[in-house]
Amino acid sequence: MTEIPLLEVESLTRRYGRRIGCQDVAFTLWPGEVLGIVGESGSGKTTLLNCLSGQLPPSEGRVSYLTRDRGAVDIWEISEAQRRLLLRTDWGLVHQTPSEGLRMGVSAGANVGERLMAVGARNYGEIRTEALHWLDALEVDRGRVDEFPDAFSGGMRQRLQIARNLVTRPRLVFMDEPTGGLDVSVQARLLDLIRRLVSELSLSCVIVTHDLGVVRLLAHRLLVMRQGEVVEAGLTDQVLDDPQHPYTQMLVSSILPV
Amino acid sequence: MNAESLEGEDRPGHTGYNYAYLDEQTKRMLRRALLKAVAIPGYQVPFASREMPMPYGWGTGGVQVTASIIGPSDVLKVIDQGADDTTNAVSIRKFFANTAQVTTTTSSERATIIQTRHRVPETALSDGQILVYQVPIPEPLRWLEARESETRKMHALREYGVMHVSLYEDIAHHGRIAKSYDYPVLVEDAYIMRPSPIPKFDNPKLDNCPALQLFGAGRERRVYALPPYTRVVSLDFEDHPFDVETWEESCAICGAQDSFLDEVVTDDKGGRMHVCSDTEYCNKRLAAQGRQEATA
Amino acid sequence: MTAISQDPSIMMEVKDLAKTFTLHAQGGTEIRALRGIDLEVRKGECLVLAGPSGAGKSTLLRCLYGNYLPQAGSILIRHEGEPTEMIGAEPRSILAMRRRTLGFVSQFLRAIPRVPTLELVMEPLLSQTVPKDEAESRSVSILRHLNVPEHLWGLAPATFSGGEQQRVNIARAMIFEYPIMLLDEPTASLDQENREAVLDLIASARDRGAAMIGIFHDQGAREAVATGVFTLSSRKEAA
Repeated sequence: MTEIPLLEVESLTRRYGRRIGCQDVAFTLWPGEVLGIVGESGSGKTTLLNCLSGQLPPSEGRVSYLTRDRGAVDIWEISEAQRRLLLRTDWGLVHQTPSEGLRMGVSAGANVGERLMAVGARNYGEIRTEALHWLDALEVDRGRVDEFPDAFSGGMRQRLQIARNLVTRPRLVFMDEPTGGLDVSVQARLLDLIRRLVSELSLSCVIVTHDLGVVRLLAHRLLVMRQGEVVEAGLTDQVLDDPQHPYTQMLVSSILPV
Repeated sequence: MNAESLEGEDRPGHTGYNYAYLDEQTKRMLRRALLKAVAIPGYQVPFASREMPMPYGWGTGGVQVTASIIGPSDVLKVIDQGADDTTNAVSIRKFFANTAQVTTTTSSERATIIQTRHRVPETALSDGQILVYQVPIPEPLRWLEARESETRKMHALREYGVMHVSLYEDIAHHGRIAKSYDYPVLVEDAYIMRPSPIPKFDNPKLDNCPALQLFGAGRERRVYALPPYTRVVSLDFEDHPFDVETWEESCAICGAQDSFLDEVVTDDKGGRMHVCSDTEYCNKRLAAQGRQEATA
Repeated sequence: MTAISQDPSIMMEVKDLAKTFTLHAQGGTEIRALRGIDLEVRKGECLVLAGPSGAGKSTLLRCLYGNYLPQAGSILIRHEGEPTEMIGAEPRSILAMRRRTLGFVSQFLRAIPRVPTLELVMEPLLSQTVPKDEAESRSVSILRHLNVPEHLWGLAPATFSGGEQQRVNIARAMIFEYPIMLLDEPTASLDQENREAVLDLIASARDRGAAMIGIFHDQGAREAVATGVFTLSSRKEAA
């Protein structure tokens, strides 16, 4: 296999003073792969996601990303401008709470079009057409393009947030509990939609969640985190059906069958 | 601009204040900030804004800028929304006549310094003149980002996509860019700047202007500048290009068709008329017409 | 030297396979489910796993699919022509084997996504870059063959009856002509007509050269498809 990994993480550690956020995490993400990071709250999964996605500098270790134009770069070695550009173009970041990832004061269309304008799109008609295309793709009624996000339900807001991220056709999307806080039926529909988009667009994803049902459906592979460390890693169905580590066994047995 | 040589105690009009009201240290601090502002066109430079003998919103930023650059040989004009004769304009003019012993004028051509609130004179400015703007809110990104640390970073990294988001919103909701004043501009392809609440009609006058343009925000403690002949472009979309207001009417007083018109309600029966917002321009045209009639 | 590298007709070779479950929540109790398993299966063979309940038939099948993690031994499968070790392989390699080489048919549809039946069945073909219209016509014919009523094709299987779900699952698992197929009681709880339809699919897969390993509880099914039997003895003693 001559493929080159999209993301290579080596001995990544983040400390908060003397407390450990995450410790000595290493993994490789291949193009088109969906990696689930599971663990209870406080297990360090969100810290890890923040270090991976350029939000939080790690204390040690490296995060190497295969850029479109400059080969593999350590995202913590490049300038902040380049890192922020990456996050607005080739990456997506989906927050658990849509209002964190959306501009609540501007319309759905402007939310979706913003990234295009940020990279220099200056044709209103084209921006709008593209925004409508992504509303369609996320199954949001295009008639609502001029409404503000507060007029949308939680599930629709989350779709809007995803559309806003996908408009620049990123290759890597980070998701933090993408279905957290939604009603179960809304959750299920959103998951199916994400699953379809991920496969249609050949997205690579890192999904952080405590919900094993989410990773069962979406993730190819899992990292199980506990107290800042990865205690088990492997194929999703293998980790869930034949967990090896005591913590993973506890995690799997403590939920309803998925 | 040679206040240093003017130890003003013996000068008439002083009543215990330093020349041009501010102390020399403050003026020096302001001039340093202004030099930096001129060196980086469109960049907002913080300065230690002083209490002035007028409330915020009445031009404390502009007055401090003017005070820091004015000297006895200067000729000062002050306008408020184009008018030389409003309370604000009159009192600022008097303030400097009193504290800086400068000659004041209503003539844009004669003035060496023009302090303005919300207009650029219709008369084209020339080399050597300085236009001082009073600015309420200097930060163009403030409408969407409350954190100063973040807006500074956005400027530093030129993350300006959001400015077009606001224009997008206008078109989406109104079918056109409805913003008609304080219309954002891009300075020398680098910084996005608020031109202060001038009508967008005046935006083209900022571009390649021979005069030095200084902007002072007293409450927000920022100065910024456009050195002479700076490239200033109003933001727009390819398919919704920037344009300025036009009127069907012409000025009811002087008949001008090329100036910015104010609509004035003349009675309580719906009567109204349009007149030049720039009173000096209007008077000048009227005087010229009078001469023509006299010679005719 | 392994047999599989000598003989191109061998599709899977298992050597000395061992699987132990360690139940940490129960004081680290160890259950030795499998030990010393050796088997091989060739093109066109259907090896039926036999043995009493609890002998580890299902566990073995899951190990062979990479769903369970064996402790020792070797599972070599012929993947894209080359003998490839599954134990210790990277997840993405196992996924590639599952995509192109290794099919798994079980009676349970796991984590049913809310996707219309026809799309669900087409998916394995589309992921192999089979053109959409071809994927669709093949899906239609397999759904017809398995008597899944046409009015259900546009609906997600979550609301279907157990038998309908099972047949959708079989259609999805058998739509692609995997060189190796693992069958976990594919005909259990089907009525006679549908059982015949499924056995028919299995037999024709075998006849086109698929290597198969399966668990069949009913004798008739076993007789219809088996070419050989592999017997597991009960081995439940704790270590």
